[in-house]
Amino acid sequence: MEHFFSLFVRSIFVDNMIFAFFLGMCSYLAVSKNVKTALGLGVAVTFVELITLPVNYLLQTKVLGPDCLVPGVDLSFLSFILFIAVIAGIVQLVEMVVEKFSPSLYNSLGIFLPLIAVNCAIMGASLFMQQRIGLDPTNTQAITNFGDSIAYALGSGLGWGLAIVCLAAIREKMAYSDVPKPLKGLGITFITVGLMAMAFMCFSGLTI
Amino acid sequence: MSLFSKQNKEVFTAPLGKNNPVTVQVLGICSALAVTAQLKPAIVMGLSVTIIVALSNLVISLLRKTIPNRVRIIIQLVVVAALVTIVSEVLKAFAYDVSVQLSVYIGLIITNCILMGRLEAFAMSNGPWESLLDGLGNGLGYAKILVIVAFIRELLGSGCLFGYQVIPQWCYNHGYLNNGLMLMPPMALIIVGCIIWWQRAHNKDLQEQ
Repeated sequence: MEHFFSLFVRSIFVDNMIFAFFLGMCSYLAVSKNVKTALGLGVAVTFVELITLPVNYLLQTKVLGPDCLVPGVDLSFLSFILFIAVIAGIVQLVEMVVEKFSPSLYNSLGIFLPLIAVNCAIMGASLFMQQRIGLDPTNTQAITNFGDSIAYALGSGLGWGLAIVCLAAIREKMAYSDVPKPLKGLGITFITVGLMAMAFMCFSGLTI
Repeated sequence: MSLFSKQNKEVFTAPLGKNNPVTVQVLGICSALAVTAQLKPAIVMGLSVTIIVALSNLVISLLRKTIPNRVRIIIQLVVVAALVTIVSEVLKAFAYDVSVQLSVYIGLIITNCILMGRLEAFAMSNGPWESLLDGLGNGLGYAKILVIVAFIRELLGSGCLFGYQVIPQWCYNHGYLNNGLMLMPPMALIIVGCIIWWQRAHNKDLQEQ
């Protein structure tokens, strides 16, 4: 249980998807113009991650890993194709379910829902999970069982959501400030994210 | 139409400068920043992306008339994932230490927005030759930014280029220090911000209102 929580907290603050690994930057920069849509996207990413990561965990440990399906056969070179197929399929499924049961949420997410399939944060989480399966169980980053994969999914999704909501809030205020013309828009956003990443580096000394 | 007409040259050169995928279209930043602490992985990454964008553009452009519109994203993803798997296996076989350094970022080329962006915006509506040129141009435009950022970060961060020391020892003896912050993730973002600043200061029409 202890490991579950430390993995969860570490993946929000220390191994933050945006500030430590730059994953999901494209939609992070494009959709962070106001807090409300940013929050919607953050929730959608967390939700999709929460489904895809445990599925990919089972796929990796039960089908792709060495000696899983046939003794002596290691299928992990197929992981890229299978992981992306699982993600694309689940995003399509989630889209249909949301459309059926909650049309208002579906309308507010709009185009972002299908685009989550190509969000690097989702694929990145699956690939990091694949790397962490083999780690020593005493390592705080190790993912040793199904529960750990859920903790990691929830933590990295919430960390991404936190980062995008913070940036959206800053950009809303920044709309009123006097920025040099060539820096306006994209340039200043990059520098702001850089400064935020510096602030988040403080968490890297955290021992849990 | 000739193979190297003026229009085709434009398709190839625009992404290198005025329509750069990283600084102007804001695509593919995810991996652009993480691999740039040193020049060598940055160059390998740039070349891998160039090869994958060019080939996937070519394949999708050849298939474009047979792909049903509703499932096109999944077909594109599968083509890209197959190419990325090949590149990743080749790197593991011939450049193992670089492939360990790049770790998950090779796999993440699949979700690199440059690929999906170019496939959707160009390859689905243009012929194979133009698509190949467009892919090469965009890949090299991406590689260019990676090399610039990696050059600055490796030079100032560890005093080396390609792992060889270039800042002479007497500088260190007189109190020069490497800037360790340059090797940390935040500086990559700030350097790209400054490149965008420089580019927009020189191209007034790129500035945002």
